[in-house]
Amino acid sequence: MKDLPDTGPATPPPAPERKIDAQAAIDHFIQGCGSHIGSYLDACIHCGQCSQACHFHEVTQDPKYTPALKLQPITRVYKRHKAPLSGVKRMLGLVPPELTPEYLQEYEELIFDSCTLCGRCTEVCPMGIDIASVVALSRQAFVAAGLGPPDLLQAAETSRDKGSPLGLTAEVLRDRIEWLSDDNEVEIPLDSETADVLVTVSSIEMMKYPDSIVAVAKLMNAAGVDWTISTKGYEATNFGYLAGRGDIAKIMITRLVDAAESVGAKLLVIPECGHAYGAMRWTGANILGRPLPFEVVHITEFVAQMIRDGKLKLRKTEESVTYHDPCQISRRGGATADAREILAAYSSDVREMDPTGNHNWCCGGGGGVQAIGTAADLRHAVFQIKINQVEATGAKTFVSACANCRLTMDESREVLHWPQKVQSLVEVLADRLEN
Amino acid sequence: MSFLELTQGPLWYLASAVFVIGVLWRLIGILRLGRSTDRSVARASGLGGALKAIALHSVPHGGNLKRTLYHFLTGYGFHLGLFVLLFFAAPHVAFIKGLTGFGWTPLPRWGFLIAAEAAFAGLILMWLRRMTDPVMRRLSDADDHIATWLVFVVMLTGCLALQEAHDSLRALHLLCVEALMIYFPFSRLMHAFTFLFARAYTGATYGRRGVTP
Repeated sequence: MKDLPDTGPATPPPAPERKIDAQAAIDHFIQGCGSHIGSYLDACIHCGQCSQACHFHEVTQDPKYTPALKLQPITRVYKRHKAPLSGVKRMLGLVPPELTPEYLQEYEELIFDSCTLCGRCTEVCPMGIDIASVVALSRQAFVAAGLGPPDLLQAAETSRDKGSPLGLTAEVLRDRIEWLSDDNEVEIPLDSETADVLVTVSSIEMMKYPDSIVAVAKLMNAAGVDWTISTKGYEATNFGYLAGRGDIAKIMITRLVDAAESVGAKLLVIPECGHAYGAMRWTGANILGRPLPFEVVHITEFVAQMIRDGKLKLRKTEESVTYHDPCQISRRGGATADAREILAAYSSDVREMDPTGNHNWCCGGGGGVQAIGTAADLRHAVFQIKINQVEATGAKTFVSACANCRLTMDESREVLHWPQKVQSLVEVLADRLEN
Repeated sequence: MSFLELTQGPLWYLASAVFVIGVLWRLIGILRLGRSTDRSVARASGLGGALKAIALHSVPHGGNLKRTLYHFLTGYGFHLGLFVLLFFAAPHVAFIKGLTGFGWTPLPRWGFLIAAEAAFAGLILMWLRRMTDPVMRRLSDADDHIATWLVFVVMLTGCLALQEAHDSLRALHLLCVEALMIYFPFSRLMHAFTFLFARAYTGATYGRRGVTP
C-alpha cells in the first residue's frame, strides 16, 4: 500500500468570502456534548491504533489521517467548557485554547474529505470510541460556523429544494418511471392510493443506474407485494444528514414519513443505499423526534425475508460471486447476514473478501465523500484496497448493495483502469428470478 | 513530624480525598451530561451489546491482532504487571490490611520480579512508541507524558522502597503515589474508569442494531 502514488488530498482553496463564525461551532459542540461524547473524549488514550483501521491512513501512511485526530476540535471545546473539573482547570489556566477560525479550517479536510463515517476505527479502538458519530456531530458544528465543502452542501440544498441531490424532481421521477416501465415491460406502481409497502429510491440509481429500479420492481412484483413509489416522498438519500444540515435531514425524513402515512404503508423499503438506511432506520425517529409509524428495512433485508418466506425463487448460478459490504448496512447497520442469505440463494460459489462482513474495508466514498470534489484523488487511492480484496477472491461477479458505493467504485475503477464490473445485488438477483 | 509521618498522615489523607472526590466528581459529571433517548426500534438488546462491547474491546478483534500486536503485548504487559504489583506486592497487602483489616497472600519474590519486569517493560516500550511512531507523536500531548513519567517514578520508587531499608525511600514512594493520586482525576489516567463508559455507550448503540463493532 505504501507504494501507491502520492495522491494526498488537494487542499481546498479557502474561499475568501467565507465568514467563519467559530463561536457558532463552539455553541454547537457544547450543545452536542452528551454523556457518550464525554466518555469518548475522556477515554481516548492517544494510542493511535485507530490509524490501523482507517483506509485513508492505510493508503497514504500519513499520520494526519489518524481518526483520533478528528476528535480534537470537539475535545478542545469539551475540555474548556463542558468537562467535569474544567472549571478548576480553567482557573489554573490548564484548559486548551478556544477554537479559532484558523484552527477550524485546519481540520476541515479531516472532518469532511477524509472521513467516510465507516466506523472501522471503532472496531480497533481499545476504548470502543465511536469516532464516526463524533465526526458527524463535528460536521454540524463546522457547517454552523460557515465551513464545509460547497459541493456537499449544495447537494443537501438541492435535495431540499428539488426533492433530490441530483435534480430528481417529482416530475422527472414520474417521467423516468413511465419510461422504465414501458421500456422494460414491468409494472412500477406510482402514487397508488394505498399500499402495504412504500418503496423509496436513490436518485443515484434513478439517474445513473436505472436498471436497479427495474430490478426492484421485478422482485416486488414476483413476490406479490402490494407496493408503491410516491411522488410525495421518494428520495431515500439524505445529504442533509451527511452535510451536517440537521434542518434538511429532518425535511427529507419528514417527506418519506408523510408519503408512507398517506398510503397507509406498514413498511418502508430503503433501496440499495447505505447511508440512506442508516439515516432512516437508525436515526430517522431521533431526527424526527417521535417513533416512526412503520417499519424500515433495507432492500437486502426485505429480499432475504421474501426468500425465507418462499415468495421469491431464484435460479441458482454456479458463477463465483463476492460481495462488498456497504459500511452503513453491515458494520453500522446490522444487516450483514441478510446479504449472505441472498448470496447463498443466488450462487453456489460465494467467495468472501478478506476481511469481510462487519470488518470489510470501505469503498472510500461513503459519508458524503463521494460528493466532495476535493476528495476525489484520495478516494481513488483508497479503492486500490478494494481492488486487492476482490482480486484475491478470484470471483467473476462483484456485487454490492449500495448505489453510492457502486458509483464511487465505478468512478475509481475508471481512473485506475480496473476492468472488473461492479454490479448491483438486486440487478443480478432480478436476472435469476424463476418465471 | 517526620517526612514519613507527613506522607503517611496529612498528605495521604489529602491525596486520598482528592482522588476519591475527583474521580467520583468526574464520573458523575460525565453521566450528568445526559443523552437523548434513542427512538429507533431496536433489533437486539442494548444492554447485551454494552456488555459484549466491554468484553470484546479487551482483545483485538476483526482481524486486527497482527496490526496492533505491539500495543496488545505492551499494553497487557504493563497493565497486568501494574495491577499485580498494586494488589499483591507484600508491602501493599500489608498496607491494605492496615487500612481495611482485610489481607490476602502476597506475591512471592519471584512473582514480584516478573510482574515488575512486565510493568516496566510495557510502560517503557509504550512510551518509546509514543516518542517514535509518527501517529502517536502527532496525537500525544503533555498529559500523556506526565502520566507516563508519574507512573514510572511511582513504580521505580516502589522498587527502591521494597526492602524497607530506609524510611526515607518509603516516604519518597508514598509522596510519588500521592502526587499520582492528586493528578489522576484531572488527567487522561481517568481512562481506567471511563473505558467502561465508552465501550458501554458504543456497545449499547450498536447492540440495538444487532452488531457489536
